[in-house]
Amino acid sequence: MSAVAQSTRGSTKGKPPKERGLHAGQGRQGLLLVAPTLVFLAIIIIYPLLRAIYLSFQKDEGLDPATKLFVSGGSAGLSNYTHWLLQKCGNVDCPPGTIGALFYDALWVTLFFTAVSVIIEVLLGIWFAMIMNRDFKGRGLVRAAILIPWAIPTAVTAKLWYFIFAYDGIANRLLGGVGISPRLWTSDPWSAKFAIIIADVWKTTPFMALLILAGLQLIPGDVYEAAQIDGASKWQTFVRITLPLVKVPLMVAVLFRTLDVLRIYDLPAILTQGAGGTTSLSMLVINQIRQGGFNNASALSTLVFLLIAFTAFLFIRFGGADVIQRPPSSKKKKDQEPAVGNPVAANATSMGA
Amino acid sequence: MTGAVAVALVASACGGGSGGSGGSSAGASGRGPITYVQGKDNAGLLAPQVARWNAAHPTEKVTAKEQSDKADQQHDDLVQHFQAKDPSYDVVAVDVVWTAEFAAKGWLTPLTGKLALPTTGFLAPTVKAATYNKTLYAAPTSSDGAMLYYRSDLVKTPPKTIDEMWSMCSIAKKNGMDCFAGQFAKYEGGTCNATEWMNAYGAKVVDDAGKPTVDSPEAAKGLQVLADHYKNGDIPKQAITYQEEQSRQSFEDGKLLFLRNWPYVYNLASTDKSSKVIGKFAVAPLPGVSGPGTSTLGGHMAGISAFSKNKATALDFLKFLTSPEEQKTNMEKGSLAPVLESIYTDPALVSKYPYLPVLKESITNAVSRPVTPFYPAVSQAIQENFFAAIQGQKTPQAAVKDMQAAMQSAGS
Repeated sequence: MSAVAQSTRGSTKGKPPKERGLHAGQGRQGLLLVAPTLVFLAIIIIYPLLRAIYLSFQKDEGLDPATKLFVSGGSAGLSNYTHWLLQKCGNVDCPPGTIGALFYDALWVTLFFTAVSVIIEVLLGIWFAMIMNRDFKGRGLVRAAILIPWAIPTAVTAKLWYFIFAYDGIANRLLGGVGISPRLWTSDPWSAKFAIIIADVWKTTPFMALLILAGLQLIPGDVYEAAQIDGASKWQTFVRITLPLVKVPLMVAVLFRTLDVLRIYDLPAILTQGAGGTTSLSMLVINQIRQGGFNNASALSTLVFLLIAFTAFLFIRFGGADVIQRPPSSKKKKDQEPAVGNPVAANATSMGA
Repeated sequence: MTGAVAVALVASACGGGSGGSGGSSAGASGRGPITYVQGKDNAGLLAPQVARWNAAHPTEKVTAKEQSDKADQQHDDLVQHFQAKDPSYDVVAVDVVWTAEFAAKGWLTPLTGKLALPTTGFLAPTVKAATYNKTLYAAPTSSDGAMLYYRSDLVKTPPKTIDEMWSMCSIAKKNGMDCFAGQFAKYEGGTCNATEWMNAYGAKVVDDAGKPTVDSPEAAKGLQVLADHYKNGDIPKQAITYQEEQSRQSFEDGKLLFLRNWPYVYNLASTDKSSKVIGKFAVAPLPGVSGPGTSTLGGHMAGISAFSKNKATALDFLKFLTSPEEQKTNMEKGSLAPVLESIYTDPALVSKYPYLPVLKESITNAVSRPVTPFYPAVSQAIQENFFAAIQGQKTPQAAVKDMQAAMQSAGS
């Protein structure tokens, strides 16, 4: 132990002095300490990931016309990818009614879900957080009430809304009360899309509100006092003070929610079973596995993975969703986040996990 | 990400390549304890059944394993065990539409030679559904055929033809109820209903060699009739959200004049406390164009895993499952349609269960869904296009054309 400490100390000797400090000399020891975790992650994440990518270049089993038994397919080249991206089923374009033909529909509808529900959740989340942040009688009760939907498992939520959106369910009865004819919430193309968005917003706005609330609570009260003395309007206070100061937790929340919706499976699978054009990309992966196209499904799930990884990259690089607390020495100058920002982000990471 | 991991885990389990001739007769004479795997037993039939066998075969005991009650999950569970070549699943219950897939993967033992299963006395369509590539791969254990439930208090003689049925819709209108519904949601039940309507007008979804032949004027006509009557309201708007249970609920609430459904509804509709139609309904064969129509064949069978070590015992267990005594018990205790012809004509049973002759007619006329190893893809092709056609998003002609193309591409 001491040898390690000594050698690490020795190795830092020649480096510029600013590297010394709180974090100096932790390199090798740190590496040793995280090594088991890295090995563990490699086994449970990296290996399956690489294996899936490898399989996506293999052909699925095909039927031998002579024996009518399945034989393994061999190398597929890029055909599993062209199947989805170029809509090629063998030598022809995938006909309607095949899973391949659903790819672009599933992609668009997944992006649609993501955009619409995250926007609604951000707006509602900020609103709820501002309410919860105020001091009033029964605040604890309101906070608990707002959090209840987030505590319910998604599968239960989906079934709940399935009953609400049934043809003679509550939603249609309420609409009937104001003279609107009943809708086929789980089959009609537009209604079905909004049924999913409504259920998703209902379930996850509390999560958004909670993260934003955590950010709001770390804003010191004197900032607002100063603003008041300067004569700022409520809107100015919100836009110039509140929003910038909750930006980091807000962006983290948006990142988590965006990634969540991009891989959404359970809600549409239970609520609409894909009727009305609501088959999401993840549902398509599962459907393809059910049809025995494992390698082909690997290609699709690799595409979904790339989409999600790319989105996460964009958020972290350009959106300010800095989920990792950087040590002070490596902090970049352009980061003008207040000191309160990072602890919140770290806090949020552990909550999202 | 999670998706990728899941795929890799599932797929790497089959790393050895599961194709080939797993279905050899290895272990054909093996005897000893076996495991029987089937879906969730809601009727409480399984435990007493296994107890009866175990009492008679103390050295070849059967252990029963129940899966979930969802067909998809049962299928996934079987696939995973087969891919791992797990010998702990000896006898497995298989939905009629999975037989070809499991047989072609080499996961089921062909019932030939030493392991031959005599099939005299079985209803012919059930044996046909258990046969792939001219070889019997499983023993039919229960069957299922659709029937037309109708309100006998409002309709004196049930309609024999489809047109007759539509003409009775005025009765429904007069009583402020919906006329006809089946299961038109986008799921497996939608496939059953769609093929029934196409078959009714003389279409064949696949020919005898298994080639798709659904792109025909007859098939388009069947979809056309459905779409027309969906549009004019004879079929209620919400019927495209109906699965078995929702349509049964509507009938039991007295909101539906004619219902196409499976036999399980009979007992429930006449005993449920909430049922408003007790004593007010009867069953008839599905109507056809000029006489009785053709139902889609449902039901289960039991097959012997290719990886089982005790196949001789397993075969005896199949014979036990299909014995007249067991078939009769299953019918009386669990409303499972028997696969043996003799039970339908037993006078004592017929007087107790008046729907038996109708059910027999339904099953003997039944057409099984395409027997193909690519069944899930074929079903998807039918569902998607049927669902679009009934809502008028696609012409019936275009729908059957796309169905055909999608089914062809599934096999390539």
